[in-house]
Amino acid sequence: MYRITAKEDLTPVTRLLKIEAPEVARKAQPGQFVIVRANKRGERVPLTIADFDRESGQITLVFQEVGKTTKLLGTMQVGDELASFTGPLGRPTEIEEYGTVLCVGGGVGIAPLYPIARALKAAGNTVISIIAARTENLLFWQDKMREVSHEFTDGALQGLIVCTDDGTCGIKALAPEPIKEILASGRRVDVAWAIGPAIMMKFCALATEPFGVKTIVSLNSIMVDGTGMCGACRVEVGGETRFVCVDGPEFDAHQVDWDLLLERQRFYLDQEKQALELFEKQHAGHCGEGE
Amino acid sequence: MAKVEPRNEMPRQDPKVRIRNFDEVALGYSHEQAIAEASRCLQCKKPTCIAGCPVQVRIPEFILCLSEGDMWGAVDALKDKNNLPAICGRVCPQETQCEETCVLRKKYEPVAIGRLERYVADWEMGQGVKTPPRAASTGKSVAVIGAGPAGLTCAGDLAKMGHAVTLFESLHAPGGVLMYGIPEFRLPKSVVHAEVEYVQSLGAELRFNSVIGKLHTVDELLDNEYDAVFLGTGAGLPRWMKIPGENFNAVYSANEFLTRTNLMRAYLFPDWDTPVMIRPRVAVVGAGNVAMDSARSALRLGADEVHIVYRRARDQAPARLEELENAEEEGIIFHWLTNPVEILGTERGWVTGMRLQKQELGEPDSSGRPRPVPIPGSEYEMDVDMVVVAIGTRPNPMVFTDQPDLVRTRSGTVVANEDTGRTKKPRVWAGGDIVTGAATVISAMGAGKRSAADIDAYLKDSDQPWWVELELDQQS
Repeated sequence: MYRITAKEDLTPVTRLLKIEAPEVARKAQPGQFVIVRANKRGERVPLTIADFDRESGQITLVFQEVGKTTKLLGTMQVGDELASFTGPLGRPTEIEEYGTVLCVGGGVGIAPLYPIARALKAAGNTVISIIAARTENLLFWQDKMREVSHEFTDGALQGLIVCTDDGTCGIKALAPEPIKEILASGRRVDVAWAIGPAIMMKFCALATEPFGVKTIVSLNSIMVDGTGMCGACRVEVGGETRFVCVDGPEFDAHQVDWDLLLERQRFYLDQEKQALELFEKQHAGHCGEGE
Repeated sequence: MAKVEPRNEMPRQDPKVRIRNFDEVALGYSHEQAIAEASRCLQCKKPTCIAGCPVQVRIPEFILCLSEGDMWGAVDALKDKNNLPAICGRVCPQETQCEETCVLRKKYEPVAIGRLERYVADWEMGQGVKTPPRAASTGKSVAVIGAGPAGLTCAGDLAKMGHAVTLFESLHAPGGVLMYGIPEFRLPKSVVHAEVEYVQSLGAELRFNSVIGKLHTVDELLDNEYDAVFLGTGAGLPRWMKIPGENFNAVYSANEFLTRTNLMRAYLFPDWDTPVMIRPRVAVVGAGNVAMDSARSALRLGADEVHIVYRRARDQAPARLEELENAEEEGIIFHWLTNPVEILGTERGWVTGMRLQKQELGEPDSSGRPRPVPIPGSEYEMDVDMVVVAIGTRPNPMVFTDQPDLVRTRSGTVVANEDTGRTKKPRVWAGGDIVTGAATVISAMGAGKRSAADIDAYLKDSDQPWWVELELDQQS
């Protein structure tokens, strides 16, 4: 059950795993997520579905190694099995023919953005894409994103827009800057998607808001069961309490209480640090022997 | 009436010791204590205890066997009606069921039926559970959704009757509330596992990580493989108070707090990966079993002081009496007739306290209990740095995805016939908390049993009308 069939290092800290899960692959839609448990003692972590193949029955997961569980997942190899794999959870992205859509992916958020952009293109939309990362070697899937994006030309901005904080690849900018530039140029954008770290999504939302462009974000809150049972993932959207797991993960970016989300994400920082330190102590000497 | 000996107390861990561990609090009778307690039973010619049991266990018969030392006889009498006695012996509210209707109770203390049930079930587990004979295969297959008390009971009975049963569970472990909700110190997980293995040994196949409504819809199950579907998904969604501050950090639903602690074993963090927050001053809102479990877990996780805040008085607390007493013994601080009106927090949104309002009891409400009425001007603040909300749960709507013909009530429970479990949708039955709203483990088991019997009857003769209009009138 839930065997790893392929593994790829997309960046020095970003891993791709393909998982054999035929029933989940048959139902998965862009925008949905799965809850994964690496081993018997593992925690349940939500990971957005980066791709799915109904024929071969596989789900692609992409994650960045930040804490104990993602580092542990990063040590797993082809042939290993996950202890549990539950999905597809959450509401799928609402794919329609909107006209022109803007798809913005930040860091590891590029992965879940890809199937959404692909589906939006297939639905007949003109897809303008921006992918952003801190630095060049944290970028991935430029080719895949270029394939599903419109050949965009507008002054200095051409093709797939790539930006890095330090300018090592593409333009030297944070994601909200090209968003503002595109919208300020008067170009019509019907709907925007922004997926990445919460702080990046917050500033993308602030960038689109003055232009009145409807913006969808995929929230990444803490979860346990992923089915509405626990409420760990609760956020406030438009003043209402919503559960990311069952009401989301996609919400109207302009209605999200970002400060609440950001603070709730910090709830277990001390425990996360403790778990990571223990893990690294236990794995001392094994580092760098990945392959 | 002959002289009746006093009821035999069950040994328990010392409160000072047990608040530092997650081991079971109640230790169970010794053989001598069990025999002595069993001999208190009058063996009434017309027993009144059986009617007090939601699954009609043949109580006098199993107690008679026990008092005569015929342990296997006691096991057979018990398990004829109850697939999961080791669980019921621990978590049933006997004082409002079989023990309430025990004849002895009029003059003395009732026979400790729950403790005897536990003793017999634990004895059997020590022997290695024997599997009863199964009926020949009927060629029919049933999907049971949810491996909690209702689903396990229904699946076990259907498997015994010779049907092929698949039990779909959304979590990675079986047991439902028995696993994620009830703590180890009240119901050891090894007991739950043993009971689940028993149901599997009857032939039921368990499929974990299967969220019905997402992975498969009920219609897909009916169309593809199954002749019948039983919904036993419980009442898994937490209710909130809907007061300011409820989304602050360190405000937990009891579901989350207990799921982290029990199912995910956060009390063993960091050996197990899932953390749970514990802060020095914890307040739990509510006074049911879930509230007691939350408060006592918080204590064991290392809280300095744990408060229970409840809007009614002690007499109205819905918790099992034994758990209320255990909580009192362990030093939980109770604030009766008190209701939170606001959760206070830091600028960044971390809990610092609660604003509370005193209540007085008024006229009975729809539950038959006196309604709590706020006393104007009685508001005050209490410093706490963590809050657990344990004011009840409601059914998870996920299983109803794309099933408009599964008619529901306004409170989100599914409409089903009480005797048969039939919903308005042909070939779909339901039982347990999904029908009643949050209730007890044993009433869910009773509903699972009644549905299993009706499913069996229907699969043998599906020509009978699905839903009789007369019943419909009674329902609405």
